[in-house]
Amino acid sequence: MDLSLNWLKEFVDTGCTDPREFSEKMTMSGSKVEGYTLTAEEIDKVVVGKVLSIEKHPDADKLVVCQIDVGSETIQIVTGASNLTVGDLVPVALDGSSLPGGIRIKKGKLRGVSSFGMMCSLGELNLTQNDFPYAIENGIFVLQEDCKPGDNIVDVLNLDDTIVEFEITPNRQDCLSVIGLAREAAVTFNKPLKLHTPKVNERGGDINKYLSVKVTAPELCTRYMARVVKNIKIEPSPLWLRERLRSMGVRPINNIVDITNYVILEYGQPMHAFDYRFVKGKNIIVRTAENGEKITTLDDVERELTDKMLVIANNECAMAIGGVMGGEYSGITDDTTTIVFESACFYGPSIRNTSRALSLRTDASAKYEKGLDPQNCKEALERAAELIDILNCGEVVSGVIDVDNSNYTPATIKLEPEWINAFIGMDVSKEHMIKTLTDLDFKVENDIITVPSYRQDVLHKADIAEEIARFYGYDNIETTSLKGEVNAMLTPEQKGENKVQETLLACGYSEISTFSFISPKFYDKMLVPQNSPIRDSIKILNPLGEDTSIMRTFSLPSMMQVLATNYASRNMRAKLFEIATEYVKVKDEELPNEPKKIVIGAYGDDYDYFNLKGAVEELIFALNIKDFDIEPVSDIPWYHPGRCAKISLGGEKLGYIGEIHPTAVKNYGIGKKVYAATLDFATLLKYSVSEKEYHHMPRFPASTRDLALICDKDLPVVTIEKAINNAIPKLIEKVNLFDVYTGNQVESGKKSVAYSIVLRANDRTLTDEETEGAVKKILKSLKNIGAELRM
Amino acid sequence: MKNKINSVLANAKEKLQNAEDMQVLEELRVKYLGKKGELTGVLKQLGSLSPEERPKVGQLVNKAKQDLEEKIEEKVAEIKEAELQKNLEKEKIDVTMPGKRANIGYKHPLSQVLDELKEIFMGMGYSIADGPEIELDYYNFEALNLPKDHPARDTQDTFYISDNVLLRTQTSPVQVRVMEKQKPPIRIIAPGRVYRSDEVDANHSPLFHQIEGLAVDKGITMGDLKGTLETFAKRLYGEDAVVRFRPHHFPFTEPSAEMDIQCFSCGGKGCRLCKNEGWIEILGCGMVHPKVLENCGIDPEEYQGFAFGIGLERIVMRKFKIDDMRLLYENDIKFFESIK
Repeated sequence: MDLSLNWLKEFVDTGCTDPREFSEKMTMSGSKVEGYTLTAEEIDKVVVGKVLSIEKHPDADKLVVCQIDVGSETIQIVTGASNLTVGDLVPVALDGSSLPGGIRIKKGKLRGVSSFGMMCSLGELNLTQNDFPYAIENGIFVLQEDCKPGDNIVDVLNLDDTIVEFEITPNRQDCLSVIGLAREAAVTFNKPLKLHTPKVNERGGDINKYLSVKVTAPELCTRYMARVVKNIKIEPSPLWLRERLRSMGVRPINNIVDITNYVILEYGQPMHAFDYRFVKGKNIIVRTAENGEKITTLDDVERELTDKMLVIANNECAMAIGGVMGGEYSGITDDTTTIVFESACFYGPSIRNTSRALSLRTDASAKYEKGLDPQNCKEALERAAELIDILNCGEVVSGVIDVDNSNYTPATIKLEPEWINAFIGMDVSKEHMIKTLTDLDFKVENDIITVPSYRQDVLHKADIAEEIARFYGYDNIETTSLKGEVNAMLTPEQKGENKVQETLLACGYSEISTFSFISPKFYDKMLVPQNSPIRDSIKILNPLGEDTSIMRTFSLPSMMQVLATNYASRNMRAKLFEIATEYVKVKDEELPNEPKKIVIGAYGDDYDYFNLKGAVEELIFALNIKDFDIEPVSDIPWYHPGRCAKISLGGEKLGYIGEIHPTAVKNYGIGKKVYAATLDFATLLKYSVSEKEYHHMPRFPASTRDLALICDKDLPVVTIEKAINNAIPKLIEKVNLFDVYTGNQVESGKKSVAYSIVLRANDRTLTDEETEGAVKKILKSLKNIGAELRM
Repeated sequence: MKNKINSVLANAKEKLQNAEDMQVLEELRVKYLGKKGELTGVLKQLGSLSPEERPKVGQLVNKAKQDLEEKIEEKVAEIKEAELQKNLEKEKIDVTMPGKRANIGYKHPLSQVLDELKEIFMGMGYSIADGPEIELDYYNFEALNLPKDHPARDTQDTFYISDNVLLRTQTSPVQVRVMEKQKPPIRIIAPGRVYRSDEVDANHSPLFHQIEGLAVDKGITMGDLKGTLETFAKRLYGEDAVVRFRPHHFPFTEPSAEMDIQCFSCGGKGCRLCKNEGWIEILGCGMVHPKVLENCGIDPEEYQGFAFGIGLERIVMRKFKIDDMRLLYENDIKFFESIK
């Protein structure tokens, strides 16, 4: 919302001349200023000049040499303009002057004749013909204002203004108007607000003979008021009115349209004018449209309506889309002679839906959307009628039509000064509270506050507290500390998450953060089968695009995407992890599960599967989990069938680790082998033991035996290790694999595996017999799984 | 005899002098002190001496042996020392060559700053709560005083899953979930992902992070809100950080405010960074709307509270002077390395 401070002055003299200070104070009382512009800032040393003579340029056919009286002196100016006559008053940019756009004017010579300045066109002063309809676009701006040579053009044309841009919050639609902001300014600067009550000069006749209004959708149109004006003379508005519109960024058009725009700006109440010729049957019917009904709006676009949309119709057809835009055929034209002024209030949500459905947002719809005050219709309509008289451009027919469905009763709230002071932490007297409220147009009688109709946001005593507090000044509220018991701690889950993060960082993996929504194509890239439950993702109804259209059930593709980004960015190696959320539908529940996954991904010439497995082992042991199960799996589509393992804790699947399938890697355009793990965080946490205790360091010596075994090539070593451990669990301290060999020295299809086994008892030194006995048991257990001592 | 001993000794000492390694030394030891060594040989000849001379010569030989042994020991030590020195010389390295680093990973910049924020608020007694990202309309809007058709819903362009389910547009629904479960006193922060349908550009992302804060207890005032957030700002930005609270509007707080921090770049005079305002918006906050308390089954006559919401990305970008939000989600290692 832009506000002209010149216009504001009509309602309140804030006494503040510094726009920065004005902005600061308004901001701090709740009307946030985004910035301001000094409109005449760029215009300097431009004065009114009178053309005394015009002579031909001696050396140029298209130039003339003029003598110009600029008040203090007479100067010579050479120009190419052809619209001048002796005696014209024109804007003159003197030597050393500046114009909008940072243009500087200096004296110079044109074809050998000295010129001491420049006569300005509308454009050079950043004006248009809409601002000064009597001037021409291409040529010098010949002034018709009351002025004399030497007068400052800024004053003559009323160009000096400050435009302050406000950010108005959606609860304060009333501040989308000059009067609304003036009220805020008056209370902020503690100055009187000078409101004006419009006086309408009714010229007789009876509106009911001209018009009747029927509202058939009262829930969508809470109030509809109308006046009729006859003997209209369509012409440009006077300078002061055009100036007002221009300062607030509205293009002047003609007096009637300008009046409606003026009232919108001043009161915040949208107005519409219909040409009475088109109110067929003298009837205005406010009704919902029929499905498929068509209307061509003022912007010359034909629009198809639905029965959810409100139209303002005559007996035959729709003349306007209520609260959004007028129809082309009923609009004001140069030969309009009688008009109907509409001042109405429509149901905000319905306007919003209509405006969205039609992709048609107007100043009016933007205002209506926020929910306007039906009680404001009347004064706005009266103001429009008054302006007709002030502009002397028509005769207002006596009488007003008012269809009021608003059922308005003012809201009341009890004034509780102690509660307010305690709630805010301040000490404001009851009298001062009453004064602030009264200044804001609230009525206070016997401790009962009556809320003005346009403050629909005030419903509760907390709202009253805010009104008091913002004018007391938030900065004046004393800062205090919370009292009471303080007890903050991390949950086991949060601790676990920190541990995971800390461990993987220490192992050299960098943390990434990826979008939770992905493209369904990600699943294709990862070779996820068509019938896989992974593809059953939650879909966003209104996504920004396909790339972010579903919520991931599977976070590995996001990791792959990041690895691909890094590969494309020519990073030779990457070791990454993410604690990622997945979104998994739950049958018969509205909300999905949101499990967290630990995703680890890496590539690089010095990186292989066992680096990845090592990191996963570090993670498991960092969470103080004693043991895990691992088994090879070959049926996970996105993994290399011979390089993938399932990891379990206590029989429960923790996740998969392995080399990503080369086809998937290729789909991501990565030119190196990629290794990745996805582990379920909740499962990891479930088996994490937070208690640790000291175990006595061994007091008796260990016996170490090395065993070279021979077994089938495909027998996983984990099976051998289990067999060793299970043989004599009490005595085995460590089983270290130190060599695996396949080749000429062993039978084909076999491999040799060498272990160093550390045996120890915690209460005695093992005898040779005991050790040998243990080895025999181990060998027997190994035999059961097909591993034998290598001879 | 005596002369012989002396000459053997002198001879041995001379050879010893010239010995350069342990092997020569060992040979000398055998040659003179061994079972068949020269000095031992002298002892064997004692029998041919007179009884008077025997002890004297014996003593002399023993002394010579002792003397020689000492000399040998000395020489051993000397040679060992020389060998050590030689080894040390050989082992010399260029100590300025690069170290072998463990290459620990980079914590994501969002996590780095979030950790800092968590630490600040935990220090003030706030626990950390969370809630679902895919949320019911009720928690995201209705319970927060934003009924269907409320105009403020428009300012938060929402991704919908169904009429009733959406991607949360703010972390505020966690407030409601916490208040439903926990009776006051409550002090929590709730960091998390939120979603709004903004196209990706240097300053916008359809997914970003907020940190919600909530305190509910008896007798909480807006002064407490100011005190808490001022402390937060000073811990995050330093003791000389200057903040201001300016009225604003959020449907679920009343009164509502935004907290600005005086522009660090220009000290409040106005510059490009602060768009000439002298202040930079940091967070939104306010006293929990009594209706919201009521919606959560907390009696607003008995309890009051305040709430605040901080946008993490903006704080991170300002802190590290990152000029493009997209970098945070691209996760290029080069970008992580560039924050130093």
